[in-house]
Amino acid sequence: MPEITVIVKHEVGLHARPASMFVQTAAKFSSDIDVTHGETTVNAKSILGVLTLGAHKDTEIHIKAEGEDAEDALQALEQLVLDNFGEN
Amino acid sequence: MKSISGIPASYGIAIGPAFIFDRTEIIIETYSIKDPKAELSRFEDAQEQTSQQLDVAYQVTKEDCGEEAAEIFNAQKLMLNDPELISTVRTRVEKELINIESVLYESAESYAQQLEVIDDEYLSARALDIRDVSSRCLRNLLGLIDSPSANLKTPSIIVAQDLTPSDTVLLDKDFVLGFCTVEGGSTSHTAILARGLGIPAVVGAGTEVEQITNGDELVIDGDAGIIVINPDQGQVKEFSKRQKKFKKIQAEAEAITHQPAITTDGHQVEVVANIGNVEGVQVALDAGAEGVGLLRSEFLYLERSSLPTEEEQYQKYKTIADAFGDKPVILRTLDVGGDKDIPYIDMPPEANPFLGVRAIRLCLSRPELFKPQLRAALRAGFGNNLKLMFPMVATVDDVLKTRAVLEECRDELKKEGYDVADQMDIGIMIEIPSAAIMADQLSEVVDFFSIGTNDLSQYTLAADRTNAHVAQIASGFQPSVFRLIKLVIDAAHSNGKWVGLCGEMAGELLAIPILLGLGLDEFSMNPPAIPFAKQLIRSISFEHAQQVAQTALNLKSDTEIREYIQKMVPEVNLG
Repeated sequence: MPEITVIVKHEVGLHARPASMFVQTAAKFSSDIDVTHGETTVNAKSILGVLTLGAHKDTEIHIKAEGEDAEDALQALEQLVLDNFGEN
Repeated sequence: MKSISGIPASYGIAIGPAFIFDRTEIIIETYSIKDPKAELSRFEDAQEQTSQQLDVAYQVTKEDCGEEAAEIFNAQKLMLNDPELISTVRTRVEKELINIESVLYESAESYAQQLEVIDDEYLSARALDIRDVSSRCLRNLLGLIDSPSANLKTPSIIVAQDLTPSDTVLLDKDFVLGFCTVEGGSTSHTAILARGLGIPAVVGAGTEVEQITNGDELVIDGDAGIIVINPDQGQVKEFSKRQKKFKKIQAEAEAITHQPAITTDGHQVEVVANIGNVEGVQVALDAGAEGVGLLRSEFLYLERSSLPTEEEQYQKYKTIADAFGDKPVILRTLDVGGDKDIPYIDMPPEANPFLGVRAIRLCLSRPELFKPQLRAALRAGFGNNLKLMFPMVATVDDVLKTRAVLEECRDELKKEGYDVADQMDIGIMIEIPSAAIMADQLSEVVDFFSIGTNDLSQYTLAADRTNAHVAQIASGFQPSVFRLIKLVIDAAHSNGKWVGLCGEMAGELLAIPILLGLGLDEFSMNPPAIPFAKQLIRSISFEHAQQVAQTALNLKSDTEIREYIQKMVPEVNLG
């Protein structure tokens, strides 16, 4: 199962608008996508799950995807995080 | 007939029947069901209905207050359609055969509690959002009335304990003449939105409001902050007359609010806005503000658990300053002290916080607090018209010390290779009598003054504004306060410097003729007051204002001054 690791650079972490954008991006793909921070793994399409991760600025997250469009999904999510959620 | 006083929150006069908005508590019962399919289809309908309401809330908030403020409703919609939440809910309904309300309530509550325990202010606030959206969905499931105006059939005045932001944005403007609340202040979300929507409102009127019953005839006077219950015929006639006049003035004022404020004899003054966050920018521009006379920087420091970084401050200041282009934006540095608690700034309790380590005194004693803000401002001021202003200055020495820190920051930034505003005007707030008395000396070391009348009057009269027993004494209309204002303006003008005023007084129509006559150059006020202030200035002559101010200064009390202005400048009456 393809997997990537990225560091959240956004000022507020994976909260607020970045969390909404992350979930909305994941929801565009049919693959099952998981996101892990520390010991916790949640469904990347679940806003409530992503918020409970409590991923702050400068923390590492791992994203795994399984399904037909898994590679595309990971690429899109990686791009979103690297682009600092469109705020650069 | 009975009248109640509250806080004037939104201009205008409303006359009509009372509609009591009483939010019924939701009672969630748990019972077994036989047909899980039917139960889940009820849920889908409620989800759909809730989504539509959130879309409306999003649109309305976006138009009135900007996209950032509206984002909250977008996040709530994502929560409502969360796949994990939905799958938990479905499984439980199907397997345990329990009604949807009970299952939804428990599942949402469990997420809310998980977020609540995370040590992060932002995430704990999201717990409120989950509860808000799930209770909205539960209300829809139970067929409970949601919006306060949902079952209004005739135009009415809404009477409530308090209204939440979503209550306020979802008001059907066609049926709401105005509103009054038991709780809330003039800067509460409800009050701000009421002004945005142009609905007269009186807030924080206390428990006497609870005596109002459905259908009582009401008058809301949003200028004076008065609610009249069951007025007699004579009063209704009087208020209707004022209402008509107000509407006429309002229409005229708003139509030309983007034009400058020039007196009938050609004297022009600047009319600018007080704002407290990024969302205030559009509101100020729409109201006809010619810049920002007071940008309170506290918004960056409140409601969070650690200091804002230099970068974060830079982004916000730059966004605001750039939005005004070459119009001035005056950033006031952090104005907090022992009376305002910021948990992550260690401020030991003081016996007299208003006379203690506040504002510039606090900043000068904590370079780690002050320097990131100054650096952020110097960087943000590159390529626009950002100016800096320091609060609570008492002595010339305060200014010299502050300037030294500022120069230090400028040198550091240049060495680090940043673009820095080379010429940035530096001003101070005049709110301590000592500063007013020393205005001639102070005007040699700064570029401008801005008078803070709220503090200036409480320090001049030794009367605490927050103490109800003496607050009346601390009126900005005291002749002593006007005399100090005159001293400040005269001293600044003889040194070729300009003077603004950013206290509540600048937007008070009754004070404007005197301030104008004393030679005030800049009036900074809350945006909704701008069209009215400009219109008043356009309707009088500078010469008349000068004569009025001269006489007012020699009257004996604040009451005498108020009465004198009412008589001499009838244009101050909106209705």
